[in-house]
Amino acid sequence: MVALSQKLLVTGMDKPSRRSLPLSSDQVFRLASLGSALLVLIVLAGIIGSMIYGGLPAFREFGLGFITSSVWDVQRDQYGAWVAIVGTLTSALIALVIGVPISLGIAVFLTQLCPPWLKRPVATTIELLAAVPSIIYGMWGLFVFAPLFAQYVQIPVSSIVEGLPILGTILYARVPSGVGVLTAGIILAIMIIPFIASIARDILDQIPPVMRESAYGIGCTTWEVVRYVLVPQVGVSIIGAIMLGLGRALGETMAVTFVVGNANRLSLSLFDPGSTIASRIANEFNEALGLQLNALMALGCILFLVTFSVLVLARFLVARATVR
Amino acid sequence: MSTIAVNTSGAVGRTVADATAPVRIAVRNLNFYYGDFRSLKDISLNFYDRQVTALIGPSGCGKSTLLRTFNRIYSLYPEQRAEGEILLDGQNVLSPSIDVNELRARVGMVFQKPTPFPMSIYDNIAFGLRLYENLPRSELDGRVEEALRKAALWDEVKDKMRQSGMGLSGGQQQRLCIARTIAQQPEVILLDEPTSALDPISTGKIEELIEQLRTEFTIVIVTHNMQQAARISQFTAFMYLGELVEFGPTNKMFMTPTKKQTQDYITGRFG
Amino acid sequence: MDTMSQTTTSPPVAWGRVRRSRYVADRALKAICILFTALGVFVLGWILLMLLYQGVSALRPEVFTRTTPGPMTQGGGIANAIAGSLVLTFLGIVVATPVGVLAGTYLAEYGKGSKLAEVIRFVNDILLAAPSILIGLFVYTLMVQPMGGYSGWAGGVALAIIAVPVIVRTTEDMLRIVPGSLREAGAALGAPMSKVITKITWRAARAGMVTGILLATARIAGETAPLLFTALNNNFWFRADLMGGVANLPVMIYQYALSPYQNWRELAWAGALVITLTILALSIAARLLFRKETAR
Repeated sequence: MVALSQKLLVTGMDKPSRRSLPLSSDQVFRLASLGSALLVLIVLAGIIGSMIYGGLPAFREFGLGFITSSVWDVQRDQYGAWVAIVGTLTSALIALVIGVPISLGIAVFLTQLCPPWLKRPVATTIELLAAVPSIIYGMWGLFVFAPLFAQYVQIPVSSIVEGLPILGTILYARVPSGVGVLTAGIILAIMIIPFIASIARDILDQIPPVMRESAYGIGCTTWEVVRYVLVPQVGVSIIGAIMLGLGRALGETMAVTFVVGNANRLSLSLFDPGSTIASRIANEFNEALGLQLNALMALGCILFLVTFSVLVLARFLVARATVR
Repeated sequence: MSTIAVNTSGAVGRTVADATAPVRIAVRNLNFYYGDFRSLKDISLNFYDRQVTALIGPSGCGKSTLLRTFNRIYSLYPEQRAEGEILLDGQNVLSPSIDVNELRARVGMVFQKPTPFPMSIYDNIAFGLRLYENLPRSELDGRVEEALRKAALWDEVKDKMRQSGMGLSGGQQQRLCIARTIAQQPEVILLDEPTSALDPISTGKIEELIEQLRTEFTIVIVTHNMQQAARISQFTAFMYLGELVEFGPTNKMFMTPTKKQTQDYITGRFG
Repeated sequence: MDTMSQTTTSPPVAWGRVRRSRYVADRALKAICILFTALGVFVLGWILLMLLYQGVSALRPEVFTRTTPGPMTQGGGIANAIAGSLVLTFLGIVVATPVGVLAGTYLAEYGKGSKLAEVIRFVNDILLAAPSILIGLFVYTLMVQPMGGYSGWAGGVALAIIAVPVIVRTTEDMLRIVPGSLREAGAALGAPMSKVITKITWRAARAGMVTGILLATARIAGETAPLLFTALNNNFWFRADLMGGVANLPVMIYQYALSPYQNWRELAWAGALVITLTILALSIAARLLFRKETAR
């Protein structure tokens, strides 16, 4: 008995006290994990901080009038964000109007209508669309889509609406080059479709099958099941998915830069070139100095504010979208 | 004399099975396939008008599969198919010329898990009515109330008709689903283990409800609970491994079963 | 007892109560859904075809051996841009992976119920969807201005900032899937938490985590905006100290596609083809790997 208890003593029943040791590897690991996680917070804070720091001089110079002024004159160092803001919002809105119905249609097809053998290839195709870099969309938009758009849409439509009261202004192309705010909106729509479709599909897939069967059991047609039972069940989440798409459309740079035309003037026509905040920054930043630089940073501030609000709202609405 | 489950009054099955009643559903040589696997083998049996028929058997015997052929809910899944005849009032519901949506309004189904739709209680009931009938508002109100009364739910929800159906308790939700089904005035009601997700008190309420509904509807109930089958059904079909082993009036099935397999299952030798 | 021959005597209920319009609506909307899906597939096909057509016709062996040409210079290749992209992507992933994996581990293992973890998860989701051009501006302010010029370091850091949220998210999701019983078994043997995580939980979630890293790589390989103000682009091979900017495919494509020179535009197409095929291959590989591993 004595030998046993002595053995226990020897083999380490008395550990050295924590205080006398340096940090154990276990604690180091924990701290490293915590530190990395905190880094995420620090990065966001850094982004916000640098935006404000860089943009402040512009806000100080022009005040809040910066937001509403549509002047952008590098020569005279006068800057205003209005043209870029309008372009950003308009192209994003067009993208949603075109993209959301198509995305939801694809999601409904994949979850309700698609035969099993077709599901994997079609779903993969849609996901690959999401993986294509935005610059490729830009090139396709500029070199393939824009000429066709100019020839088959802009020119005919312009000749039809010429002189008409409202349509004659918003759908008239003075120089039908194919690029413009509407084109940018269409390309953005193509970009956000696979994105929203994937999330909506996941959301619909999570509804328990018994809900579906229950609705069919009442004698509903497929469309009635989708409209009256499935979509109301997850409607809030789907709105969240749409907002995520909106966030992406607002911040998209390269595809838009290729096809938006990069004009500094505000035009009422959708067919005319315009610019978005992202395209303006992309175009001018590298040559910008002084106040122009600050103005561009201030634009970045505004963009961040808008996308941040949209993303926060989306986050509250949809549980958590899967990363694809 | 085999040991069987009896309720306190000593009688097995509440009322006498009436085999002279008209046949509501006649199943003839039904075979069912999941892909290549044949899960129902040559089933033939009758379901009599305004009687409760229970389908019992161990897990995997095909009782739910059989139930799901009557309203062709299996058609949602392309790898499942049925061959044979299921005659509803003389018409074969398996024939492709049948309007399957209308069939489902005539043969209602209540599922194991309560599934209230994401709408108000009123709209849950009115939903099925609006699909198939064009009723003025006053008549619609009346039909909704009638359905809820028959489902023994009216008193509990009459003051909160505008509230969401999903806020009710489990037992209430299931009665809501039953009310939703009977509002369409179906000829047959299919119940797929309707009480297995509920507590004993809710179960008792629903069993009473089934007993009342029997006077108006033909009912087929799948249950893994033999005592329940003994309590509420007039006819019982015992299935095993996709085959119909025995069918007959409940009291006879439980007291003097003809097949040994039936006896073994009922006495708990397997299952 | 069974009167199988008895037939029904109750009057048959008439069929045909269904309103025609319900079926019309049903068919119309099904047709629309199919149409929209076909549209999506069609557009992808069109884009890929365009890429193949334009890109393949621009491919010559020297595309992979020569550097990007200056203005008014004939011929040339994109070898330096390819090399630069490899370096920048590698840098980005090498920096992002430890940070992302550890942060995701924190969220899944240590911070399960804590308020801090909630906040970090929220912020991570925001960063995941933030416009990448703003990240470029941030790194410009952080690194390019103080360092006095464009550099590969800045470009790598910008890409890392984009990759980290992706890796954090996938790591956390994959770790959560690992059943708690596995962790308990490890702890029951006396292993400290860090050992349980690194030797058991990580190993169990390995396929998903690697998939996440591959997806992040595919994502940053195609990013242009963050490189515009950090690594920029030039016509030379990258310097050993990575200063002075690093040639890369996305920015090269942007500059050359919009230029007036024929050979520049051809090189842009060649670069677009190379980059798209690489990214698609990575995406498909990631999915195949994940499917193969989780099927076991």
